Amino acid sequence: MLELENINVHLGDFALKDVSLFVEKGEYYVILGLSGAGKSIMLEAIAGMHQTDSGRIILDKNDITNKKIQHRDVGYVFQDHAVFPHLKVHQNIAYSIKNKFPKEEVKRKVEEIAEKVNVSHLLHRDPKTLSGGESQRVALARTLVRDPKILMLDEPFASLDVQLRDDLRALLRNLNREGQTIIHVTHDYEEAISLAQKLAIFQNGKLIQQGTPKEVFANPASQFVARFRGIRNFFTSELKEVDVAITDTNAKVKILPQEELSKGYVMLKSQDIILSKEEDGTSMANHYKGVVTDIVPSFKGNEVVVDADLRLTAFITHQSLKNLELKLGDEVWAAFKASAVNFIKSENPI
Amino acid sequence: MTRTDPFALVLTFLGGLVLLFIIAPLLSMFFGTPLNDVFATAGEKEVLDSIWLTLVASFGGTLFFAFLVIPLAYILARKDFPGKRIVNGIIDIPIVIPHTAAGIAVLGFVSRDTAIGQVASSLGFEFVGHPTGIALAMAFVSVPFLINAARDGFSAVPVRLEQAAYNLGANPFRVFFTISIPLAWRHILSGFIMMFARGLSEFGAVVIIAYHPITAPVMIYERFTSFGLKYAKPVAVIFILVCLVFFLLLRMLTRAKKETVVKNTSVKNIQ
Repeated sequence: MLELENINVHLGDFALKDVSLFVEKGEYYVILGLSGAGKSIMLEAIAGMHQTDSGRIILDKNDITNKKIQHRDVGYVFQDHAVFPHLKVHQNIAYSIKNKFPKEEVKRKVEEIAEKVNVSHLLHRDPKTLSGGESQRVALARTLVRDPKILMLDEPFASLDVQLRDDLRALLRNLNREGQTIIHVTHDYEEAISLAQKLAIFQNGKLIQQGTPKEVFANPASQFVARFRGIRNFFTSELKEVDVAITDTNAKVKILPQEELSKGYVMLKSQDIILSKEEDGTSMANHYKGVVTDIVPSFKGNEVVVDADLRLTAFITHQSLKNLELKLGDEVWAAFKASAVNFIKSENPI
Repeated sequence: MTRTDPFALVLTFLGGLVLLFIIAPLLSMFFGTPLNDVFATAGEKEVLDSIWLTLVASFGGTLFFAFLVIPLAYILARKDFPGKRIVNGIIDIPIVIPHTAAGIAVLGFVSRDTAIGQVASSLGFEFVGHPTGIALAMAFVSVPFLINAARDGFSAVPVRLEQAAYNLGANPFRVFFTISIPLAWRHILSGFIMMFARGLSEFGAVVIIAYHPITAPVMIYERFTSFGLKYAKPVAVIFILVCLVFFLLLRMLTRAKKETVVKNTSVKNIQ
């Protein structure tokens, strides 16, 4: 569907270096990176707002690398929405189709898409009277009305509060379910995990890893990915009870009560896992007996990998390692509190 | 209880002096001119014709040049090219040179001795001693106001909005006419008013291209030199009033526009 081959873009001091990626039709592709990593510039390069120095951009087997912005057929919802301030909401939405269809048809299409993204009640409003969430939905409707091959979203959750985030998440999932290919840029890993079918990690203008959320977080290709939020323990799970998750390896993990039963990911920081040679009698809700399969020392401490019902990575100081006299093959108890577990809902965890 | 701030007092006093400097001569002229004289002068065909000629020549010149200037201003606001600073400098030249010198320059360019003058003449256009020449002289000295205002207007339109329009499949013409111009409109209109007003009041350049047909500023000068202050004042009063009426009308027009155009497009984060 969309293929980037060794894209290089130079903009002043910043450079996008040798980026290659592939987005399949109907895929929800999330690009995750800190601000300044080059995510937006990459979207803008795909949309044609930055000329590439080298490499090719191929959309549906057509080379669009040197095509003008207006001939690319990729929809782009800017982070600041860029709603035209001098046009009413319905004029904004109709902008791309105004001269292409009869008046009635344009009206019908505008109303249809407005209904879909829930802006029907705003059609005759002035953009300056819209809230952040409203103007974003208007920008989304304006982009969707022309039925772009790909929908690109730059930090779509940035200006929304929690309730609106849930609404937008549901809306985006729906669009994707209906077949819309989406590329979504964010700096928020929870947002990325909850929506992505495929995830790409950006750092300093380079794409350093891509794959399913699980592939990326469970097998970080670099320390950067691993430390994106210090997550080393990442398990596809399903809630059996509101406070019990069952992982894909059939391990039971107690978590804080959730609102409803759902699928998702269990995530846990390595610092939150306590290791001991014997099962202790503390209040820890989760404890597993396993075998030490790896010890990776670093300046600050050691990562100890324990194979139990689930493969856990704990982080302990050099002093603790010494006190516990841990070595490869030792039997060990790993424990953590239910409150240390972060459960992220996802429709189709992979 | 309000405290008096000596600094604020000094500022107010100095500012007041400047305002007085502008208003006092005008007021003294208005009150120093008998109403009878004003009404009598207002009835003179020659005076009315000259005011009408001044308005039409300035408006016509401004309108004609607007079509050329707006694309130039857009290029200056949006494109980078070698020599852009020089172009910007050239645009301001008419403001800094003496207007009689500007008149001589324009005359040298369009008189019947020049190629342009001859071509225009063969097509039935006359510049020297003709309203077209007056409009040209007015435009020469006032066009920088329109170019600069329109350029600032286009610069203030976020590039983002134009990119968004391109992304929605619009071609450059459509983006220019549906996004850039409407959003820069207030600046353009304000520049239009400034150019028009500056053209109305032009004397130096106009008098060299065409003493006749006579424009209002030239008539004020002629009456002053031929008959004295007493006879120049009523024409001056009438012309100033006409100028002020147009100026206020057009100002109101920009204000009405201002309310419909949002200057900033970044969306407020209300939630």
